[in-house]
Amino acid sequence: MDFLGPEEWQAVALSLKVAFWATLASLPFGLGLALLLARGRFPGRQVLNGLVHLPLILPPVVTGYLLLLTFGRRGPVGGLLEEWFGIVLAFRWTGAALAAAIMALPLMVRAMRLAIEAVDPKLEQAAATLGASRWKVFATVTLPLIAPGIIAGAVLAFAKAMGEFGATITFVSSIPGQTRTVPSAIYAFLQVPGGEEAAMRLVVVSVTLAMGALLLSEWFARRVARRISGR
Amino acid sequence: MSLSVDIRHSLGAFRLDVQFDAPDGVTVLFGRSGSGKTSVVNAVAGLLTPSQGRIVVADQVLFDSRQGNYVPVHKRRMGYVFQEGRLFPHLTVRQNLLYARRVGGNRSEEGLKRVVDLLGVGALLDRQPGALSGGEAQRVAIGRALLADPVMLLMDEPLAALDGARKAEILPYLERLRTEAGVPILYVSHNVSEVARLATHVVVMEEGRVLQAGPAGALLADPGMVRVMGVRDAGAVLQARVLRHSDDGVTELQFSGGVLCLPEVEAAIGSELRVRILAQDVMLAITRPTGISALNILPVEVLSLRRGDGPGVIVQLRAGNDTLLARITRRSADALGLQTGSACFAVLKSVAVAQTDIGLGLQS
Repeated sequence: MDFLGPEEWQAVALSLKVAFWATLASLPFGLGLALLLARGRFPGRQVLNGLVHLPLILPPVVTGYLLLLTFGRRGPVGGLLEEWFGIVLAFRWTGAALAAAIMALPLMVRAMRLAIEAVDPKLEQAAATLGASRWKVFATVTLPLIAPGIIAGAVLAFAKAMGEFGATITFVSSIPGQTRTVPSAIYAFLQVPGGEEAAMRLVVVSVTLAMGALLLSEWFARRVARRISGR
Repeated sequence: MSLSVDIRHSLGAFRLDVQFDAPDGVTVLFGRSGSGKTSVVNAVAGLLTPSQGRIVVADQVLFDSRQGNYVPVHKRRMGYVFQEGRLFPHLTVRQNLLYARRVGGNRSEEGLKRVVDLLGVGALLDRQPGALSGGEAQRVAIGRALLADPVMLLMDEPLAALDGARKAEILPYLERLRTEAGVPILYVSHNVSEVARLATHVVVMEEGRVLQAGPAGALLADPGMVRVMGVRDAGAVLQARVLRHSDDGVTELQFSGGVLCLPEVEAAIGSELRVRILAQDVMLAITRPTGISALNILPVEVLSLRRGDGPGVIVQLRAGNDTLLARITRRSADALGLQTGSACFAVLKSVAVAQTDIGLGLQS
């Protein structure tokens, strides 16, 4: 493909890698949080709900800075990660994935939570009377019914991760090949004279991916509704 | 095999305090909505944990608050048929029916064909639940519960969400279930007609308590129960056998007190039927009336008279070995001079007996 130059390709490939791992790694946490928020009855539920949604409302630069303070090499968590596991997040693509995951989590949890809340607990009761243990009820009734919701949440999170900019650039900067994702690259191109054309090409890629993800996510959400109504 | 329930529980301001035994057959928990019937069934299924008490099925203790026994829902093997079916929308009818086997609740491998035949759901197997009518969905739900190989079937108003025609469609299946499935059934209903068709034993509930319990025949023929059943719905049930179908469309049935003429009943000669005779459809006469259109004039003996709060009197009558109820005014009772032991004639129009009040009898 000659549409994109090597630098632009690098940004697109990095963005895809970052978004893929951000989505995959946050899936279990997202599902767990969605289940907890939809079904759990415990003190502090509203606080947890607020914390999950915080990145949606905070200025992304604040989230990025907090990540840097926490997961930076001198941060309380970042320091331990390096000391114990040799994992460094700051200024690495893994850090970009972490920032993208945190920023995408609210969207993912929301989509999954809506799907879980749409499941009639009476169906789960019925499954239990038929001999299904708690775990089997979840695996054979709850999970299949919310599966489209989980996928919709993941698609949405992937799109959001592809587009994350503020928290990423604050936390891991914009190092070509390491942390320069599509949005960072667009920003960088716009800073240099004559970079508009390259920026524009990446804008087209961004819009296409975002639109595609949104349509896909909507389609899955509709499937959840159809599944639950049984038509 | 029997169920023994002795539970106390509070739900907000509502107090449940229920003791009863359910022998084999169909035990109907009867009472108005809000009398606590569903809570009792949920407690038996394990969906509700009573604050105190004991529930035993077939010598297995399911719940005992004093010993801290509690068998979880999925290990109780109670086949629960809910009011709204609750079929799994993401599975086909076949997968719904085989769900219990899939999750390992059912040990027996066969049975699908038998249950499919019993409930007439063969043509529905590959459909999704969303494409079923209410009556079809409920039959599938019954099949699904049966295929879990339950020690007991719990049915919480399985017909309440259906219209009259769909009810009439399912009742025969439930009657077959009673005789063929060999599983005891605890059946919740507030419909006297269902009680008359299905029950072998009745537990009457009122405001969280058991008002009365006993064999269905005796309870339905008890004048004291008329208030609970509702004066317009009260009526005794006769056991009768089909004698012959006349050319003029009248079916003659033999019961212990004589011959009963009813408009064409679709049942083979010799089959045992239960016929509910509504108390308000029975007239009484001191002498055998002549020149009257009613085909049924049965010699009876007054067993008791019970005055209600209003102008009515419920007269309990003996016809052969069976019991009938008649609801007449106090004025009529006085005019006829009825007292316990009086001999008189019960008059019943053939067409007063609705088809839905005629059901399969118990093969004894």
